[in-house]
Amino acid sequence: MIWLRHSISSPSASADTLMLWLLRAAAGVAASLVLLILFFLVAESWPLLMRDLPITHFVTDSSWHPDEGAYNLAPMLSGTLYAAGGALLLAMPLGIASALFITYYAPPRGADAYRRLVELLAGIPSVVYGFWGLTTLVPLINQLQPPGSSLLAGILVLTLMVLPTITLTAHAALVAVPGDYLRGAFALGMSRWAMVRGVALPAARMGIVAGAILAAGRAVGETMAVLMVTGNVVQHAGGLFDPERTLAANIALEMPYAVSDHRAALFVSGLTLMLLVMLLWSAAARMGRG
Amino acid sequence: MREISHVEIMSSGHARGDRMVQWVVYFAAILVSAAFVWIVWDLVRGGIGHLSWTFLVESSRDAGRAGGIGAVLVSTVLVLLIALAVALPLGWATGALLAEYVPAAGGLGHTVRYSLQVLAAVPSIVFGLFGNIFFCVYLGLGFSILSGGLTLACMLLPILVSTAEAGLRAVPGAHRLSATALGMSRTATLWHVLLPAAAPALVAGLLLGIGRAMAETAALLFTSGYVDRMPDSLLDSGRTLAVHIFDLSMNVPGGDAPAYASALVLIAALLLINVLAMRFAAGWQRGKMVTV
Repeated sequence: MIWLRHSISSPSASADTLMLWLLRAAAGVAASLVLLILFFLVAESWPLLMRDLPITHFVTDSSWHPDEGAYNLAPMLSGTLYAAGGALLLAMPLGIASALFITYYAPPRGADAYRRLVELLAGIPSVVYGFWGLTTLVPLINQLQPPGSSLLAGILVLTLMVLPTITLTAHAALVAVPGDYLRGAFALGMSRWAMVRGVALPAARMGIVAGAILAAGRAVGETMAVLMVTGNVVQHAGGLFDPERTLAANIALEMPYAVSDHRAALFVSGLTLMLLVMLLWSAAARMGRG
Repeated sequence: MREISHVEIMSSGHARGDRMVQWVVYFAAILVSAAFVWIVWDLVRGGIGHLSWTFLVESSRDAGRAGGIGAVLVSTVLVLLIALAVALPLGWATGALLAEYVPAAGGLGHTVRYSLQVLAAVPSIVFGLFGNIFFCVYLGLGFSILSGGLTLACMLLPILVSTAEAGLRAVPGAHRLSATALGMSRTATLWHVLLPAAAPALVAGLLLGIGRAMAETAALLFTSGYVDRMPDSLLDSGRTLAVHIFDLSMNVPGGDAPAYASALVLIAALLLINVLAMRFAAGWQRGKMVTV
């Protein structure tokens, strides 16, 4: 860091220059990947996007029947939003309570063990969550109300999957609250809950919200687990026990046999997903900085 | 700090409410722990009976209902090796540039970091679409272990870069000063002083990357494909362990027992990697890696 601009080690300056250019090239490749991905998504979607204008036909077509040239993505959009929204609704209170448990309520050993457990939960592959949901949750829900493969199963599995993101970011935000605030609250004779609600949570609010938005991005983009438990019927789910299909699941299901326009429609779904996630990410980044 | 003004109102010692909140928080923690135990218990109970040495080394027969996961494991390792062979040099070089060669804020460093953060947020299914169109179709690699590995390499870059950058930044400035005082070139300093000093962080990042790659399914479905034979070359399609679990549980009636056993193998491998990564990351955070 000291010799940031000019190297004072002249003996092998040419090797250093070469090295710098190599590193720059590597960084250039790494940085241009996002653009490359966007470029190919747009290039593959373009023919279909431009053929039938306006592009609102992706939500106004009669239905999703690729053989007949009807590409209505609205049921998949609603499916994605229902599943992600439901999962966030459950995972937010659970995750924030978990973060409070780690930060303020648990004994030191318990906090450490529980944080490990949450990190392990984050490491379980989505296909294993999906498999577990399919063999355990779906039969249970089926006993309540058939068919079992439903929005509810998707929400429950997604809740477990985004919980670690919310917990760990909320924990990081709570740890970053200045100790003086807490000591001040303590000196005022506040109870623990009053301190948490009145001081810690408001001070950590931005970080917690940023974590929740990141979790939303993960829930929206999640494919395998949701694909395996939601039943994949293209429809607007009328209730928690109805099967539905998400955008991501739709791509994974139909990509193997899709050709021409149908394939382009799937790339449109992918592009939508990508833009949605980028939007959420930039919101989270702004929150995190603010 | 704005909110603190209404704090006084709440501070009049609601012991009962306080106790109730404590119960709610404990209940949430117990609920989450129970879910974790439930998942692991289900997988162990379902898979342990099917697990054996022959299951690990044999190739699968009858669409995976019989036989084992030998060929699948080989494909998994090959995909992983390709991903790492490409992503490690790229990721660590980018990390070195960000930490050592460009100003922390603004300019090139900002652009690279920003685009990598966006890359980290891209859903894996979108990586699958990109890998399919770019590696399989545009570069003509077809459904192959090579395509799958390259797609995974793109996914791993952000985590490798960020761990490498953080690890290099944690190396004390005195190392750089001493190296300069000894007349070492910047390349030599990076190679012989900084990278070895940051090794624990690099290894932690590597392990996290391996974990992420092994868990990946959606990006591989239409890049490395479904074929469960023993691969002859890197241009053959090969099925990874995660894809194997997906296929057995969704497309093969009666495939649950081998799916449980495969999931158990995958989870066990990931747990091991996770524990190792935590150990390295912990050692690095304590700042005890300065043993050059």
